[in-house]
Amino acid sequence: MKINRRRFLLSSAAVGGGVLIGYSALKPSNHRRANAELATGGEHYVTSFIKIEPNNAITVYVPHSEMGQGVHTSLPMMAADELDAAWEDIIVEQAPAIDLFANGDLVKGFAGEFGLPGFLTGIVNASAVSIAELMNLQTTGGSSSVRFTGETAMRTAGAAARQMLIECAANRWSVARDDCSTELGHVQHNASGRSLSYGELAADAALLEPPENVTLKDPSQFTIMGKAISRVDIPAKVDGTANYGIDAHSEDMLYAAIRLAPVFGTKLVSVDAGDVLSRRGVKRIIELEDSVAVVADSYWRAKEALKGVKSQFESSDADTTSSADLFAGFERSLAEDKNSKVLEIGDAEDAMDSASDVIEGNYTVPYLAHAAMEPMNCTVHLHDGIVEVWTSTQDALGIKGRVAKIAGVAEDDAIFHHCYLGGGFGRRLPFNWNVIDHATLIAKEFDVPVKTVMSREDDMQQDYYRPAVASNFKAAFDANGVVQAWHNRFTGPIQTPGASHIPYAIPNKSIRVVDGDTHVPIAAWRSVDHSQQTFFTESFVDEIAHRSGKNPYQFRMEMLADHPRHRKVLEVAAEAAGYGENLPEGHALGIAVQESFGSIVAEVAEVSLDTNNRPVIHKVTCAIDCGWAVNPDTVEAQVESGIIYGLTAALYGEITIENGRVAQNNFPDYEMVRMADAPEIDVHIVESGEKLGGLGEPSTPPIAAAVSNGLYILTGQRVRELPLKNHDFSRSTPIAQV
Amino acid sequence: MATFKVNGVEQNLDIEPEMPLLWALRDELGMTGTKFGCGIASCGACTVHVNGNAVRSCVTPVSAVEGAQITTIEGLASVAAGANPSAPDLSAVQQAWIDHQVPQCGYCQSGMIMAVSSLLASNPNPSDADIDSSITNVCRCGSYPRVRKAIRSLAIA
Repeated sequence: MKINRRRFLLSSAAVGGGVLIGYSALKPSNHRRANAELATGGEHYVTSFIKIEPNNAITVYVPHSEMGQGVHTSLPMMAADELDAAWEDIIVEQAPAIDLFANGDLVKGFAGEFGLPGFLTGIVNASAVSIAELMNLQTTGGSSSVRFTGETAMRTAGAAARQMLIECAANRWSVARDDCSTELGHVQHNASGRSLSYGELAADAALLEPPENVTLKDPSQFTIMGKAISRVDIPAKVDGTANYGIDAHSEDMLYAAIRLAPVFGTKLVSVDAGDVLSRRGVKRIIELEDSVAVVADSYWRAKEALKGVKSQFESSDADTTSSADLFAGFERSLAEDKNSKVLEIGDAEDAMDSASDVIEGNYTVPYLAHAAMEPMNCTVHLHDGIVEVWTSTQDALGIKGRVAKIAGVAEDDAIFHHCYLGGGFGRRLPFNWNVIDHATLIAKEFDVPVKTVMSREDDMQQDYYRPAVASNFKAAFDANGVVQAWHNRFTGPIQTPGASHIPYAIPNKSIRVVDGDTHVPIAAWRSVDHSQQTFFTESFVDEIAHRSGKNPYQFRMEMLADHPRHRKVLEVAAEAAGYGENLPEGHALGIAVQESFGSIVAEVAEVSLDTNNRPVIHKVTCAIDCGWAVNPDTVEAQVESGIIYGLTAALYGEITIENGRVAQNNFPDYEMVRMADAPEIDVHIVESGEKLGGLGEPSTPPIAAAVSNGLYILTGQRVRELPLKNHDFSRSTPIAQV
Repeated sequence: MATFKVNGVEQNLDIEPEMPLLWALRDELGMTGTKFGCGIASCGACTVHVNGNAVRSCVTPVSAVEGAQITTIEGLASVAAGANPSAPDLSAVQQAWIDHQVPQCGYCQSGMIMAVSSLLASNPNPSDADIDSSITNVCRCGSYPRVRKAIRSLAIA
């Protein structure tokens, strides 16, 4: 495969209609900058992502955050394979938070997929963010690292470096490049048997201009990609040495506990600190526009002292708002039907009018918190005219710029210290600026490092939530009982265009969105719109299948004649799950399929009810077509992870609003799937050889529908509202399976 | 003065008796391997061993561990090895966690490993029901299937 190196290795292509011609021309080539700015004694950057030392140690810089998705392993695998390096010689380093390592490739990847990537820009701020700002991110999200940065920047960098090293060896030996080959970090001259290590050639290679075009390997030539390689970040995660943002520590550090306005968008009016300042270790009470913080010499002292601080926040129209009010607003919005077009095919309204039969299904999902295990936190140190920041983030470069701006320091005088993330799931994406802004403003008052930590309660009540959504469906059937129209109206906003589309061959489709804005802040939540939209669409498709008198699996297969990849994953999952075979008494199988982030995932959930009529999920069988697998063990791990994350939402996930604020506090009232609830998960990777698909998110969307479709067979009850914990399955009548 | 041993080293700290052990470890001693997750003993991220038993340190005041032997994730391997110089650098549980590639983000895994180590010490061959009732730690990355596989591999061994 030939690809144009300049287009990918440098960030020069147009994005979403915007033109960035000259972006690369204005800069010296990236590896020259790296050599000039970063290389020290004997090191040479052969491309900006790859550094080779004389002893043949090869460092691959990863411009993405490691949050458990294995990107610190999979991306270097891609570079090392194309480079023909020995995996044992590879050193993995987090790329520094400087624009040299900004990932415009990711933005371009999304631009190709759905135009301007709305979820990256944050819903609220979408209009305020320029393309140039987006190009200057190091964002990790959208299941994008491997398929965009890896497939373009990493593989290309490895292949370019390999060609440059061959050229240097050929020149030194005065032989033709074609007579040389590479293996395990060496260039060989095949005829003479001469060999030079990459380390011996790196100084020469660093002087070359990277080649205009590079040839990437055919999969048959892979030596590292496709193997289950152990993750490089795991050893530090079993002996306690892995450093997360919250682990930043110094002897002189101060700690802040913070209380933000409980009703979103309101401001602080007054504070009564009582005797708090006289308590042991307490240094200051800091009043910010929307919050009050106590700074002390230990987090516990700060947190305890904050309990003694009385604060008043301004009143707001939202002060009496409840979840019931918000959902009533959604119903009004749907009834008014002032809509924007999402997808129109044929004439669904006309088909409704002439239908023999119409079925309806009105669905809702609540707000959801991310609840990453590491509570939100940020450590900031202003000193000597510079600002240093330690935090777990999905966008190092973006955070660096934000902290510099809030601190009033030039971006060049800001230093970002990378940390592992104790979960991201979208919470740590750019534009979700609490608690980054607050930590910076608090630290401005001191000349020592200040670590601001949200308690679990703060973290849960001051999140940027998965939106609550209401979605109404109608389906029209002709006199023969064949579905003719799909009619869907749902509350917005749309974060991921296309998530509400369905692949099924229904001749008339009308999908439209109405206003769903509330005062509750929202953001991307693992798989973004796909998690709620797939619950809606795959449940209602199941309703259509049953009304059609068809088996839900067979119905999907028939309606997906033009989607062979969908059919394949359905077939693999159904067969592996024993679909259609005898199940244990009281068990049922539910099925769902969804394409998201470039991967197609089918899941079959085996469910039953326990003696208290609560759902039990015994096993989830999953087939994923992600094109091909860079690291198959990581693929499986991500699929397992996405299923459990979605299952927690399906069974328990519910953030409710009371008096304008979040009612839930901590894990006891925002319950999680734990060992006892966790199903056996059987993952099947379908290698179609198509373009690489994402992995961090695509297994999340189908699970809620797969489980509730199974529960319908078991109980005759169609679940149209999540979570399942709110449903009473005690009066169940199993349906007759077709 | 709070006095206890952490990973075999005696510590004397001039702190309030009601300060939770978690914050004494993290903020006073700078031992950050033990994690803050919920602060109310719900998630298990802060699990340490007190005299060999798994304890959620975020709700355990230092006054309750006066004179106790505390083991954290940082000391798990060396405490398990005792004075044996040929003992491996990792405990069997930690090695199983690598072999089965259990952690993802890893934040909950210090507590998970401490909880599992304690379970296996008292019940070397736990049933699935034993695992379900004993290991109640929260993992948002959903490492549970791998945790179960890793425990089973240790139980068989």
